[in-house]
Amino acid sequence: MSNRYRKNLLVCNGNSCQQGSDSDLVAFINFKLKEYHLENEIKVVQSVCSNKCSVGPNIIVYPDDVEYSKVTKADIDDIIIEHLLNDRIVERLVFDTENGIGVAPKKQYRIALRNCGFIDPEEIKDYIEKDGYDALAKCLTEYSPDEATQEIIKSGLRGRGGGGFPTGLKWDITSKSVADQKYVVCNADEGDPGAFMDRSLLEGDPHSVLEAMAICGYCIGATKGIIYIRAEYPLAIKRLKIALGQAREYGLLGKNIFGTDFEFTIDIKYGAGAFVCGEETALIHSMEGLRGEPTLKPPFPSVSGYLKKPTNVNNVETFANIPAIINKGADWYASIGTEKSKGTKVFALAGKINNVGLIEVPMGITLREIIYDIGGGILDGKKFKAVQTGGPSGGCLTEKHLDLPLDFDSLTAAGSMMGSGGMIVMDEDDCMVSMARFYLEFIVEESCGKCAPCRIGNKRLHEMLTKLCDGNGTLEDLDLLRNLSIVVKDTSLCGLGQTSPNPILSTMTNFYDEYYAHVAEHRCPSGQCKSFMRYYISEENCIGCLVCLRKCPVGAISGEKKKLHVINQEICTKCGVCMEKCKFHAVYLN
Amino acid sequence: MDTISITIDNKNFQVEKGTTILDAAKSVGITIPTLCYMHLHDLNTTHNPAGCRICAVEVVGRKNLVPACATECLPGMEIKNQTIRVLNSRKTVLELILSDHPTDCLICAKNGDCDLQSMAQKMGIREIHYKGEQSHYIKDSSPAIKRDMDKCIGCRRCLTMCNEVQTVGALSAINRGFMSVIAPAFQMNLEDSVCTYCGQCVAVCPTAALTEVDHTSLVIRALADSTKTVIVQTAPAVRVALGEEFGLEPGTIVTGKMTAALKDMGFDYVFDTDFAADLTIMEESAELLDRLTRYINGDTTVKLPLLTSCCPAWVNFFEHQFPDMKDIPSTARSPQQMFGAIAKTYFADKLGIKRENMVVVSIMPCLAKKYECSREEFKTNGNPDVDFVLTTRELARLIKQASIDFDSLSPAEFDHPMGESSGAGVIFGTTGGVIEAAVRTAYETFTKQKLDKVDFKQLRGMDWIRESTIDFNGTPIKIGIAHGLGNARKLLQEIREGKSHYHAIEIMACPGGCIGGGGQPLHHGDTSILLARQKALYAEDKMKVIRKSHENPSIQKLYSEFLDKPLSEKSHHLLHTHYFDKSNHIEITKD
Repeated sequence: MSNRYRKNLLVCNGNSCQQGSDSDLVAFINFKLKEYHLENEIKVVQSVCSNKCSVGPNIIVYPDDVEYSKVTKADIDDIIIEHLLNDRIVERLVFDTENGIGVAPKKQYRIALRNCGFIDPEEIKDYIEKDGYDALAKCLTEYSPDEATQEIIKSGLRGRGGGGFPTGLKWDITSKSVADQKYVVCNADEGDPGAFMDRSLLEGDPHSVLEAMAICGYCIGATKGIIYIRAEYPLAIKRLKIALGQAREYGLLGKNIFGTDFEFTIDIKYGAGAFVCGEETALIHSMEGLRGEPTLKPPFPSVSGYLKKPTNVNNVETFANIPAIINKGADWYASIGTEKSKGTKVFALAGKINNVGLIEVPMGITLREIIYDIGGGILDGKKFKAVQTGGPSGGCLTEKHLDLPLDFDSLTAAGSMMGSGGMIVMDEDDCMVSMARFYLEFIVEESCGKCAPCRIGNKRLHEMLTKLCDGNGTLEDLDLLRNLSIVVKDTSLCGLGQTSPNPILSTMTNFYDEYYAHVAEHRCPSGQCKSFMRYYISEENCIGCLVCLRKCPVGAISGEKKKLHVINQEICTKCGVCMEKCKFHAVYLN
Repeated sequence: MDTISITIDNKNFQVEKGTTILDAAKSVGITIPTLCYMHLHDLNTTHNPAGCRICAVEVVGRKNLVPACATECLPGMEIKNQTIRVLNSRKTVLELILSDHPTDCLICAKNGDCDLQSMAQKMGIREIHYKGEQSHYIKDSSPAIKRDMDKCIGCRRCLTMCNEVQTVGALSAINRGFMSVIAPAFQMNLEDSVCTYCGQCVAVCPTAALTEVDHTSLVIRALADSTKTVIVQTAPAVRVALGEEFGLEPGTIVTGKMTAALKDMGFDYVFDTDFAADLTIMEESAELLDRLTRYINGDTTVKLPLLTSCCPAWVNFFEHQFPDMKDIPSTARSPQQMFGAIAKTYFADKLGIKRENMVVVSIMPCLAKKYECSREEFKTNGNPDVDFVLTTRELARLIKQASIDFDSLSPAEFDHPMGESSGAGVIFGTTGGVIEAAVRTAYETFTKQKLDKVDFKQLRGMDWIRESTIDFNGTPIKIGIAHGLGNARKLLQEIREGKSHYHAIEIMACPGGCIGGGGQPLHHGDTSILLARQKALYAEDKMKVIRKSHENPSIQKLYSEFLDKPLSEKSHHLLHTHYFDKSNHIEITKD
């Protein structure tokens, strides 16, 4: 951490910690530090998610390694006066590892996230202190491009963007394409709902990605790199720009890197936030200034990519692993994980779980370990129902998969996919039909519209799921739903449409009884689909107090004082206010 | 030819290496249905975006179905074209497309001529299982082309024509997913875009998403008005294509039947645009010789090469995209407009009627002509020289509506004086024809010698860009020819960069020239039809007694009685025009 400052405050910058009234916590702390004239002694760093969102925002005081939890603006004066000025720890805010909800760091293994939260991402010296750019130096001075590529092949690293294609092999193919110019592209177009692995990596450790891109350039024979990042990631962009400037200044990018004749430069291109641009051919078209639409593969980008030149596209997390592999060796990396999936994977844990946030775990860990040991179990002690992996392209895993060792192949075999690492946990209150509908809604928004099955098919799938949730479905609809899902998957042009029906197919496989209940029994087993709900007032408990009648926002309740009130089902919008307001527990759901 | 071995539905075949599954199957007589796919063989253009997914086939070992139109055959590939999986997918995808398409086929402009309709028929669709919301867009009408995007199936053939073949760039896909639509930038109206109205998008549209603006009812109304003298002119390319609409072989010459049909329908005078084409040659060749002579005499201000100007889409193209060069094209109006100007002056005087009481109708292979006739500079006191333009397709509709049995008509002759033409006027309808006609006249005027061999075969053909040097008795004249606006762009770029070495360039916007115009009977991807039409035009030229424009006696009479001589003051007034800088249409405000 930067030595220019006496202490550093690492303030959590995860998704949930940035919300609410304290969303401007960092600015507030900076303001306060100025008030105490500490701005030249103490540095505030926006740090990445530490998977303790339930007790966030968290602040780590470095180098003291004291972690404060649930910090609000009201606590800042205490932290400054007590800790920063008088070196007395503010005990009441200290994160309680004993009673704090079970964070089990030993189950986690940080490779990609190795530096995140431990270095100042805006200081190249911090990165260099952590062996930064050693891997690039090693490649340029000790390895031939082919030897370095072989090292990556031997490590068994597979693409972390979702496809799981062996990274070294991709590099090898691109290196064998002959052209006057080749490109290294970093895909930072993270788009899965709820996923923020790439953003955190770029915000927490941008140099690791730059270094890896340069290594890739050396291996495949490219002198130009491009980072394609969505414009909605302003902090990541800011830090990338700072990192690029510093790397150029230190001669780590540009000409004659480490005194060799290797030359490599990196540019940033911005995406406008289209999910489909995560697909590599669509991404390349977007970079070329064309409409972000996929084209058929082959030709693969490794043969004809950006500006029709051979292009190697890897995801942020894939790149972040590279320097560690080169530094510690392929054998070390290959010793982690399962037979066919090596290393670790970063997941964004979300949903009905106690500890949400970013985690990095070795491949082969079980779902049970993730959910119960790392995630601290299901919220409010409810029953685990399913977890959606791979975002809108993935499928759900259920209780029977809890002890399945997670890797690329086991997830695919179970009808889901690794995806880029979104992991949304659902409990008994979640309706799987609604869940599938949610993902299809996302897909309908994000389809580019080029091929008919994705453009129209997903729209129809979404409409059918809406019909089911609205209580208008029939048994025939279930057959049509399955058939259309299979056809859309089978005939769509790119990965988006080829995977978009997965949430439907996997929930139909694992929770067919719920689909059946929606159409044949006219009920939503988890009670989430409002159209099936009926609120009633019990004759026994209602005392005729008029409270529910007055509170009903749509005037659906009729009755007189001291007489039984009745809900008109035609008017009722199922908002639940009556039930909430009734002190006599007279309102009940069917 | 290198061959590889593949199997289709368990049968072994040897097919050419490097071909797609679709072409390989076709080469061994197996049909795979296609919808968005378009292959314009003689124009060297293939459109295979693999977007409709109707041509999906199973390849053993592949996880998903693959599009046959865009997947290359590999040695030993096992292809399945008839499995339940394949057939179900095709039918389901077609049902999806139909679920987002109006079903008003009975009253649709493309009824009976629609690729989607015939595909639904072939696949035996009787029910659409996946009904849902349909997309609706504002209908957009311009002077020439109508857009009804509710009927668009997203095949994107129009994009290939507009952006790749023509390089006009008026259309692109905008918005996402279900709401994605093919439209001008920012969904502006076509009229406000850089559209040239070449109509090539209309010519390849499988449905009625893009159609011509229909003038048939306006023409019927004019015919019914007893106070109006209705005059019709027929463009050269129409007579070799119209027969297709009545089941005749492509390339059948139906000049006489067409004239008879028009007379039956009640047109007062049936004239020939070929007459006006001869007139165009008189003016254009005079202009060429004027510039050439000045150039040879050392005038450095003279603009060369001279570019032909009879194609209205081409005129729109350079006004939008090359306004800096608007003083290079010939100022001669197109034959359609020359005809209108002469009809409403010279001929109206002869008849002793006012121009307001004369209605001039054109039968054209072209959509841009509809726009051209509405240009302000071609009006006198608000009255246009040409009132209505019907395309070849519209004329066919009109003939069918009039219950005329086209095939059994006895041929009729054009009326005089504006029905007489030379063979040079006839070949205006094909790429290379205008410049060949100009050379026939310019040669004799320049060399003052008689030209015995009038067939300039070196100027003919279907290659996108052609060039030839014609010996004007010791003076080599370098001629360039381009058809398709994308190819015109290449030649214009050369001129802009000062690299052009031509004296004259003929440009036609449509592939093949007017025979491939946006108003012609639809070729449905069979470009051999264009070749047949081209052949027919040269055959008609050969049959003509007079082969050179300046030998046309009606033209000679027109000059002696009325115009004096080419480039005279009267000619300038009636037969020449000027061009406008329309580049501001494409300027996008930058922040």
